[in-house]
Formats: sequence, C-alpha cells, structure tokens
Amino acid sequence: MRLGKIIGTVVSDTKAKAYESKKILIVQPLDADQKAVGTSFLAIDAVQAGVGDIVLTIEEGNSARQVIEDEDALTVKTVIAAIVDDISK
Amino acid sequence: MKFGKIIGRVVSTQKVESFEGLKLVLVQPLNEELKKVGTALVAVDTLSSDIGQIIYYETSKEASRIIEREMNPCDAAIMGIIDDINITESK
Repeated sequence: MRLGKIIGTVVSDTKAKAYESKKILIVQPLDADQKAVGTSFLAIDAVQAGVGDIVLTIEEGNSARQVIEDEDALTVKTVIAAIVDDISK
Repeated sequence: MKFGKIIGRVVSTQKVESFEGLKLVLVQPLNEELKKVGTALVAVDTLSSDIGQIIYYETSKEASRIIEREMNPCDAAIMGIIDDINITESK
C-alpha cells in the first residue's frame, strides 16, 4: 500500500464496464515526510475521499475488488482504501 | 491507472491467435499536467479511442481481463477516455 494525496478529479464518459459509476480521483504519491514523490496516478475511490485528503492506496487487483465490493470488476486494480488521519514516526 | 495519450496505432498481421481482432494502440504515459513521463507502450484498446485522446490505462493481469476470453495474454489496456481533468490541490 502507498500513501498519497488527492489532488484532483477526472471526468470520463467512455470507460470499461467495471469502471462505470465509480468515482476516479488523481493521487499524488507521497514519501514518509508527506512530500510529493514520483508520478501521479488514478484510483477508484471506495471511502468518499475528497481533494486534499491524505489516503492509502492499494495497487493489487484481488484486494481492489474486495475494497470496492465488486467481484465482477475484473479489470480494476487501483483503489483508495482509507483516509489517513495521522502518521506518527 | 495511469494517464496516457494515444499517439499511434500498431498493426500486426502475424500474431498469436488470441490477439486476433484486437486493436493495439501506442500510448505515451503522462503526468496530471499532461507532460510526458517515461517511454511509450503498446496497449489493447476496446473503447475505440482515437489518436490524440487522453486516456487512462491499467497494467498487469487486470489489463488482460479486458479481453473476455479464457486465454487473454496482454499486460496493458485502455480503461477509459478522459473528457476533463480538474486539479484543485497543489502537490
């Protein structure tokens, strides 16, 4: 799992069946100090996350299907599984 | 999923049987500012996207499952065509 920050949203009309009626957010990966690292990616939101939230993302298909509670979403791999309240080190 | 732009089509006559009838496109990965990131890749397109369109794609086993057959060798597929991107938070 990776830490990320929601920086925006995308609008997509034409999409694969498994992605229909799912909210897709833009996630900027963060390092342990919550600084931006690497390239942003897109994830399906399962926890009503909003722009500006620090979140936990999963990039593994089986887990993703469990998180969005859709066993038939065979082409889904990347999801937002939690909103992070605090990170202590 | 990752941002990408359709920059070309790939045509192949001699190919494995499971690729028959599939459209292959050349995708340039992008970041959220639509700047190029890394090297172009080839992906299966089932959404009839056009050259120049901004899309998102997925990789690995999940991509192959876009092909609804028992045998579906493929490691990248277009999952959606992007109409609009709204960035409202700084990194």
